[in-house]
Amino acid sequence: MITHFILNGLDRRAGIVVALLVAIAILVPVLNLVVPPSSPFHVPGYTLALFGKYLCYALLALSLDLVWGYCGILSLGHGAFFALGGYAMGMYLMRQIGPRGVYGDPVLPDFMVFLNYQELPWFWHGFDMFWFAAIMVVVVPGLLAFVFGWFAFRSRVTGVYLSIITQAMTFALLLAFFRNDMGLGGNNGLTDFKDILGFNVQSAETRSGLFAATALSLALSFWICSSVVRSKAGKVLIAVRDAESRTRFIGYRVEHYKLFVWTLSAMMAGVAGALYVPQVGIINPSEFDPANSIEAVIWVAVGGRGTLIGPIIGAVLVNFGKTWFTAALPEVWLFALGALFVLVTLFLPKGIVGTVQLAAASWRERRAAAPAAVALDPKPAE
Amino acid sequence: MTDAAIAEGSLLYLDNVHRSFDGFKAINGLSLVLAPGEMRAIIGPNGAGKTTMMDIITGKTRPDSGDVLFEGRVDLTRHDEAEIAIMGIGRKFQKPTVFESHTVADNLELALRAKRGPFSTLVHKTTRAEYQRIDEILATIRLTERRSWLAANLSHGQKQWLEIGMLLAQEPKLLLVDEPVAGMTDDETAETAILLRKIAETQSVVVVEHDMTFVRDLGVKVTVLHEGSVLAEGSLDVVSSNPKVIEVYLGR
Ligand SMILES: Nc1ncnc2c1ncn2[C@@H]1O[C@H](COP(=O)(O)OP(=O)(O)OP(=O)(O)O)[C@@H](O)[C@H]1O
Ligand SMILES: [Mg+2]
Repeated sequence: MITHFILNGLDRRAGIVVALLVAIAILVPVLNLVVPPSSPFHVPGYTLALFGKYLCYALLALSLDLVWGYCGILSLGHGAFFALGGYAMGMYLMRQIGPRGVYGDPVLPDFMVFLNYQELPWFWHGFDMFWFAAIMVVVVPGLLAFVFGWFAFRSRVTGVYLSIITQAMTFALLLAFFRNDMGLGGNNGLTDFKDILGFNVQSAETRSGLFAATALSLALSFWICSSVVRSKAGKVLIAVRDAESRTRFIGYRVEHYKLFVWTLSAMMAGVAGALYVPQVGIINPSEFDPANSIEAVIWVAVGGRGTLIGPIIGAVLVNFGKTWFTAALPEVWLFALGALFVLVTLFLPKGIVGTVQLAAASWRERRAAAPAAVALDPKPAE
Repeated sequence: MTDAAIAEGSLLYLDNVHRSFDGFKAINGLSLVLAPGEMRAIIGPNGAGKTTMMDIITGKTRPDSGDVLFEGRVDLTRHDEAEIAIMGIGRKFQKPTVFESHTVADNLELALRAKRGPFSTLVHKTTRAEYQRIDEILATIRLTERRSWLAANLSHGQKQWLEIGMLLAQEPKLLLVDEPVAGMTDDETAETAILLRKIAETQSVVVVEHDMTFVRDLGVKVTVLHEGSVLAEGSLDVVSSNPKVIEVYLGR
């Protein structure tokens, strides 16, 4: 049963994507660490860091596509789950600083000393252990998503209303995390990290390791998503997306399916955030900015929602464009992003991957139909 | 017989059901009893409340007052759509709704009687028995040739049939079928009557239909609804000679 679920997800196409990501996880660090900088094949540390970040975004986009592309839940607040995963990792990284902070307090992070904290707030306990933080990376976003989804899906909030409350959720968290008395660094967030698992976060080796971990996490998540969408449960999700009430009338508890996929997706977004924070070296409340969540929606739309590879391609391409634009023409970026969204919505409603698939399918059909058009069943005109 | 005794032996029991929408009484004192194994045709002018009655039975709409009992004991007003479907009440909608981005076979597979929870379906592997059942249903609804077509590409009549096939796959005790022959050709309509009569040999069926030829083909007891309550009940010949029925429905 379980093996059927796991193996069913790895069809030929998904297998290629997973293999490719694993190859990237190995190859890029090797090209960075082993190949000398003089070689044309050398990958500079700057590029590695940049693409490590893109892969985190790709994982966020994949998680968003699972709920939006396959179950029709348009989340405008997925950045919140990403940020919560990031904060959980950030708390671990803060505890690793130990007495090396500016104030030299053995337990309290600098910002707490600065704010006159006498002792560690209760929710900071345990974050000195990596395994605990790693669990929290999925549990905290998962729990928030579960509670949020429990109420929203049971009361059958759907469509635009649901999108608006997801946006409100991330906005509320943005305001909450800005406050100093949240005990999470307020405005400045968490930064000045030193080690992760005993390795210096700045070193080239650690950076390569983080890159590999990100690529492997993306590969594993892709496999999980593929297993989910290819299972019978995945067919139910698509049924919910296309005809929610019909799905209820054949006996499926739609809210249970939504809750399952929503929570799973939030956990994946949390992992993306946790991998992101050590690579960029900071997590602050701006990660909850509603604009971030909307950007993620654009990545998915550009790449092609309802395909699993689409959001990955979309996230990497759009962010590549963003890096280029913000360096070359910084004032223009937001307009370019807006224009891109409008153009994609108008001309590529299925995104890049969806459009390529359509073109390929119609090409195959035409080739197959051409010699024996009469023998084939005529398609009903509708 | 007392009300309780009538309810006891019935498959479906509606007593004095009311439902209004913004003051408009869509269902107004509706009472109806369906015996186990019975097939019933329901006719009535547009807006008579036929679809709303199905909405109430299947948990989509809650009545303002009145009893709605299944198998004499289950109070359907306390359950939601999914629970009622699992209890064994299947429904075909007036406007055919199939899962357009799934294939014909997948539509049937989703409807097949099986565990419905997300964790069961996540690890579910289609069994040989299930494939056989799908093949049987495909043959019954004459879509064997179309099994791997996307449902979106079916003709209107074929979608209606697929929806009936999905009902069959659910193996419900009671089938509620809302206007199954709308948009069908005469041949298809006749075929559908034969199919429904065959289904009625093993299951109870309630059919809403405007097509009088079709209702005549079914040859079962007819209930005429008008303004949310029962106007007449009996064989088609009896109700169609009823002056009140002629006035509100047939005469127009
Ligand atoms: N959810 C609703 N909200 C408001 N009014 C409703 C609702 N559902 C039904 N009605 C109204 O109740 C009345 C009965 O509608 P219903 O669909 O049950 O009629 P019907 O007998 O199925 O008619 P038809 O033959 O046209 O299908 C109509 O006037 C309709 O507008
Ligand atoms: Mg109707």
